[in-house]
Amino acid sequence: MTTTDLRTDVCALDALVPERGAAALVDGVQVALFRLDDGSVLAVQNRDPFAGANVVARGIVGTVGDAPTVTSPMHKQVWDLRTGECLDTGGKTPKDASADLATWAVEVRAGRVLVSAR
Amino acid sequence: MRTAPTPVLGRVVVVGAGMVAHRLVAGLLDRAPADGWHVTVVGDEPWAPYDRVHLSELLTAGRTPEDLALEPTVWDDPRTTLLTGDAVEKLDRDAQTVTTRSGVVLPYDQLVLATGSWAWTPRTEGTELPGVFRYRTMADLQAMQTWVAERSEALGRPLRGAVVGGGVLGLEAAAALQHLGASATVVEFADHLMNVQLDAGGGEALRVLVGDLGIDVRTSTGCTGLAPAADGAVATMRLSSDDEIPADVVVFSTGVRPRDRLARESGLAIGERGGVVVGATCRTSDAAIWAIGECASFENECTGLVAPGNAMADVVVDRLLGGPRLYTPAPEGTKLKGVGIDAASFGDVFGLTPGALEVTFTDPVARTYRKLVVSDDARTLLGGVFVGDAALYPQLRPMLGRPLGADPSAFLAPEGGAHDTGADLPDDVVVCSCTNVTAGTVREAVTEHGCTTVGEVKACTKAGTVCGSCVPVVTKIMNAQLEASGIAVSRAMCEHFAMPRAELYALVAASELRTFSEIVAAHGTGRGCAVCKPVVASILSSLRAGHVLERDHAGLQDTNDHVMANLQKDGTYSVIPRVPGGEITPEKLVVLGQVAADFGLYTRITGAQRIGMFGARIDQLPAIWQRLIDAGFESGQAYGKSLRAVKSCVGSAWCRFGVRDSVGMGILLENRYRGLRTPHKFKVGVSGCARECAEARGKDVGVIATAGGWNVYVGGNGGANPRHADLLAEDLDDDGLVAVIDRFLALYVRRGDRLQRTAPFVAEYPGGIEALRAVLVDDTEGIVAELEAEIAAHVDDYRDEWAAALEDPDKLDRFTAFVNAPGEHDPDLRYTPQRGQVRPAEPGEVGHHDPRVARLLPLTEVTR
Repeated sequence: MTTTDLRTDVCALDALVPERGAAALVDGVQVALFRLDDGSVLAVQNRDPFAGANVVARGIVGTVGDAPTVTSPMHKQVWDLRTGECLDTGGKTPKDASADLATWAVEVRAGRVLVSAR
Repeated sequence: MRTAPTPVLGRVVVVGAGMVAHRLVAGLLDRAPADGWHVTVVGDEPWAPYDRVHLSELLTAGRTPEDLALEPTVWDDPRTTLLTGDAVEKLDRDAQTVTTRSGVVLPYDQLVLATGSWAWTPRTEGTELPGVFRYRTMADLQAMQTWVAERSEALGRPLRGAVVGGGVLGLEAAAALQHLGASATVVEFADHLMNVQLDAGGGEALRVLVGDLGIDVRTSTGCTGLAPAADGAVATMRLSSDDEIPADVVVFSTGVRPRDRLARESGLAIGERGGVVVGATCRTSDAAIWAIGECASFENECTGLVAPGNAMADVVVDRLLGGPRLYTPAPEGTKLKGVGIDAASFGDVFGLTPGALEVTFTDPVARTYRKLVVSDDARTLLGGVFVGDAALYPQLRPMLGRPLGADPSAFLAPEGGAHDTGADLPDDVVVCSCTNVTAGTVREAVTEHGCTTVGEVKACTKAGTVCGSCVPVVTKIMNAQLEASGIAVSRAMCEHFAMPRAELYALVAASELRTFSEIVAAHGTGRGCAVCKPVVASILSSLRAGHVLERDHAGLQDTNDHVMANLQKDGTYSVIPRVPGGEITPEKLVVLGQVAADFGLYTRITGAQRIGMFGARIDQLPAIWQRLIDAGFESGQAYGKSLRAVKSCVGSAWCRFGVRDSVGMGILLENRYRGLRTPHKFKVGVSGCARECAEARGKDVGVIATAGGWNVYVGGNGGANPRHADLLAEDLDDDGLVAVIDRFLALYVRRGDRLQRTAPFVAEYPGGIEALRAVLVDDTEGIVAELEAEIAAHVDDYRDEWAAALEDPDKLDRFTAFVNAPGEHDPDLRYTPQRGQVRPAEPGEVGHHDPRVARLLPLTEVTR
């Protein structure tokens, strides 16, 4: 584990609903946090690269094979929450340069959710 | 004449940059060797090749020129060059060069003429006046759009429009004028509309339907001249009947002529009625020059449709590569698009084949006209005409010239179509005429290329990618082939559940399982996805396993259900309170206006008689709803797969004609079924008399008052595939009506598939409407008491979702933009003014984050 000094304390773990996303502001950037069933928390960018709107946190959480995923509430693209990789573009071209989502390192310590600065 | 060149591609120059030119280039990229050739396409329009078939959608469906562009990536290939906004002026056959207007000289080894056609206008006085348009190109439509906007502003009133020509394009133009806010009169010289494609009976049926749209139709009438207003712009049209009609905007849609000037001037053979003469190889009288599409004259005919042009492009691609392909004109069919009326025909429409028999079915109530033309022994299909309901067109058109396999009248009867064509079509039958794809090619996509979904088949074969009308037939062929190949046609909802929704519903209903975790553990795998989670949420809601906002179910809900509002393109939501039956007090109307003004929301009347407020941020939803609930409103479920609204007409309370209280019945039904979760959203309509002002037969459940009681229809609407509802029961009293609707909806909840609307639910119900009537009215399965009890329990259990949420602080937590910054909201939201209100700003547009400020900004210069 690297130094924790650079990590932003975002919220209590209890503030996150299991298997549901929540948006957070980390150094002015919109991040989508997902608390999974096993208690782990993953963080990706909140901006949907296909729709150009900040809505990824409001998608439905699920799985594709073993990968934990989120599906965009806008046009149903699917991403791997661990890597940000777009698993299903729905045949669409993203507005942004990449179809993938940026990811942030997350640590849960003493009931608090800490997100790395980027 | 030169001798035929060996098939070496070399430098290919294509004159004209339309749809068939694009097809040719795409074909070359697909089939030609990797290098050693180059194709240059020259077009005089400023655009890359675009979809002219759907041109009207620029005006009627909010599409942009970019939306209509045909597969633009072909121009990224280093072997292709596209010159737009330049025209070929000169063709030097000896030097094998063409020269463009701007002076570019292009040498060619192979020249393809694809210059298309031009819109012919009769020589009539006044056709050059400002305000007179053709309806052919992107520029034509844009000029017309600008004219209507500017002229109506100058005149300070809506424009009165006139269209000369009652063919397919003329009707599209009239519909487009209406979309732009002008009225429209169609003037047709022949004695009926679409006289090339429809017989007199079909034309008359079409006239009635067009008249219903508010378009005035004058047949057997010509335009004899146009006269200007004082300021010089067109103002009136003189007719051959000596009438004069107002005409502030005039569109000529009077046919096309081949653009063959270049070929004429260079001495190529020209057909008697114009067009560059080609044979079945599509070669002109010069062996190095080919002609395809609307500029080519094959057997003294020039085509006016894209399908034969595409077939010619395919022939030239094959020939350029040394292949043997020949062009054979396929039987043509035409379908009216973009007008909101079904009209289609194919084959021998007028029954001209010796001995041909015509079987006609006219239903003046449903306003449909259907005719099949068959051979003298009534076995072989020769043609068909469909007006008002063209559902049979994609099924029957591929059967042209083949045995029908059933009595022709069986196809036309109201409950007909029992003989299901599709799966057993011979391999060589063309199922997609736009792209010339046969049933055999669709089967090969499954057997040779491993396609297992319609999307894959479309990508692999291009079938169904132009007008889309053949997709149902393509789907049937694909499924039959998958089964024949031993590949089970998957009934799985997704990777987590191997059964369709109805089976899962039955499993869950029969068990005690009431959370997603339990259900997926018992009947599925993994942790679910955006497909199965909302289905389970809907099933649990139907089984009354708790409020949609319960924490147990929160993770299952799509964002719309999660925050009880409908997500919009910028991440904000719409707020739509229930207005049962469309009846609202003045006091409540004032509240809606005040709330919208205070929060800067965009307001409009929705398509279902409610008032929608758009642009609410997630963090504003509770405050907005608190005010609405205080004023007596409740959630309109504009977000759920559930009852949206009950539309009704004025009814007997005020209307001179109303025979029953349609508003009262609308309110009763809306309050009964509000909040009911169903496989797809549904709407109900109640009309107070047979005039049908509520358009009830276009709804999932339609109720029409008659002197004898209520008639109830089910399975209308259909979304992208519009469908009229079928009569389920008639002459019901109030209680009888409610009971029948209860049973129908409860059965739909039980047996409907995921996201299956009632239209396919009814159409595909085994045994059809007759079987449904047996179950729901005659109780042949003995379940109507159960079905009624399910709805009764729903009614007892109903609580307004927003009222419940506002009383529960836990649930309000989710209405913050950021979990770590509750006071902040999405800083990227920006609005731009439009018609006195706001919409989300596009990049580069004038905008402001506060919609109340944005609506006051000076209008942006960007025209959209």
